[in-house]
Amino acid sequence: MNGYLGDVAALARKDLKLELRARDTLPAMVLFVLATLVVFHFALPADAGDDASYGLLWIALVFTALLGLARAWAPEREAGALDGLVLAPSDRSAIWLGKTLATLAFLAAAELVALPAFALLFAPLDLGAVAGVALASLGICAVGSLVAAMAAAARGREVLLPLLFLPLAIPLVVGGVGASIADDPSRYLAFLGLYDAVFAILSWAAFEYVVTE
Amino acid sequence: MSIPKPTLTALAALAVGLGGLSVAMIFFVAPVDSDQGLTQKIFYVHVPIALTAYAGFGLGAWKALRLLMTREERYDLESYTGVHQGTIFGVLTLVTGAIWAKASWGVWWTWSSDQLVLFLVLFLFYCAYFMLRFSIEPGPRRERISAVYALFGVALIPVSFFAIRLANDFIHPTVFTREGPQMTGVMFAAFCVSWVAISLVAYVMYRAELAGKRTDANLRELREALAS
Repeated sequence: MNGYLGDVAALARKDLKLELRARDTLPAMVLFVLATLVVFHFALPADAGDDASYGLLWIALVFTALLGLARAWAPEREAGALDGLVLAPSDRSAIWLGKTLATLAFLAAAELVALPAFALLFAPLDLGAVAGVALASLGICAVGSLVAAMAAAARGREVLLPLLFLPLAIPLVVGGVGASIADDPSRYLAFLGLYDAVFAILSWAAFEYVVTE
Repeated sequence: MSIPKPTLTALAALAVGLGGLSVAMIFFVAPVDSDQGLTQKIFYVHVPIALTAYAGFGLGAWKALRLLMTREERYDLESYTGVHQGTIFGVLTLVTGAIWAKASWGVWWTWSSDQLVLFLVLFLFYCAYFMLRFSIEPGPRRERISAVYALFGVALIPVSFFAIRLANDFIHPTVFTREGPQMTGVMFAAFCVSWVAISLVAYVMYRAELAGKRTDANLRELREALAS
């Protein structure tokens, strides 16, 4: 088990290191989410109220995650490194888990900027909303890194990824918005946890079939 | 196999016969609904079509699972054809559902009906299946990626249904209630005949499409063999 977790850590560290050197994903995500929030300010009617802005926050988060996911497999694809990783003597699901953790780190970093900005510009966020964002991010990255690997194998992957991902993200948005606006967010948080568990296990089990020839 | 498979032609004839019988039962045997009147008749078509669409998606996912388990190539076409039939009947479901909603609720679409929204999510999901499938080069990789995606749909059904039930609590109060009266025995019989007929039509279409696709694939192989 130590070997498996070691593989995962090495793969995730590789992505973080690449990002630290090239800085081509995270700054884009942060700028995108801030720009989206500003656009939303002008998209909302003046009397729309706080509830509407929580909904828009979730749209902003999902699209920011999509931006990161679209780049997730770019390093592997460009140099043909994925073939090497698949041939490496480790469990293939470790590749998925490493990628999930790396994208989760990027998304969390973007959210660390986005959530205070949202609270400052729009409406206050309570603990339930933040917990909802954390749980939903987990699900977004777990499903997203698998779907992005599928899209990476296809032509027109930039167009394909949102099409594949958005229907799967609908339950996450429901749970996240519910956790943000409900008086008692526990039901929504439990639902998000359930989603994470179901789809993380599925993605973990299915990843091998997506990358092997 | 001990029982010979009925030929496609015989099945198609049976489907046409049952279809005729179900139309006759819907309009002449089943009583006119006291509440909704004649428009309720669309129920006998709409619900079986929706169930058939689910069956198509389910069949596609089942064959996808078989593909991943056995790695036999034939399951790929079967899975694809199942999803394809599910999508065809899905379009019909959305159209007949919208007509029924307009007739009985006065609107073409309502977000407060769980079944409608669930169906739309699932339909969008499986439409993306075709986009995915046709942007990957044919081969074992495509078979497996398509299969994994088709399988995800099955997990999405209960999760989405649960999500939509949750969403109704904060997005919409329940304004419309589902149709009131329970079915009488005759209505239920008409419904069942219609269901069997539509399922059979779907199965015949499935078999016909599969046969066509198989012939197509074989022809391509032959052509490649001749060319080389």
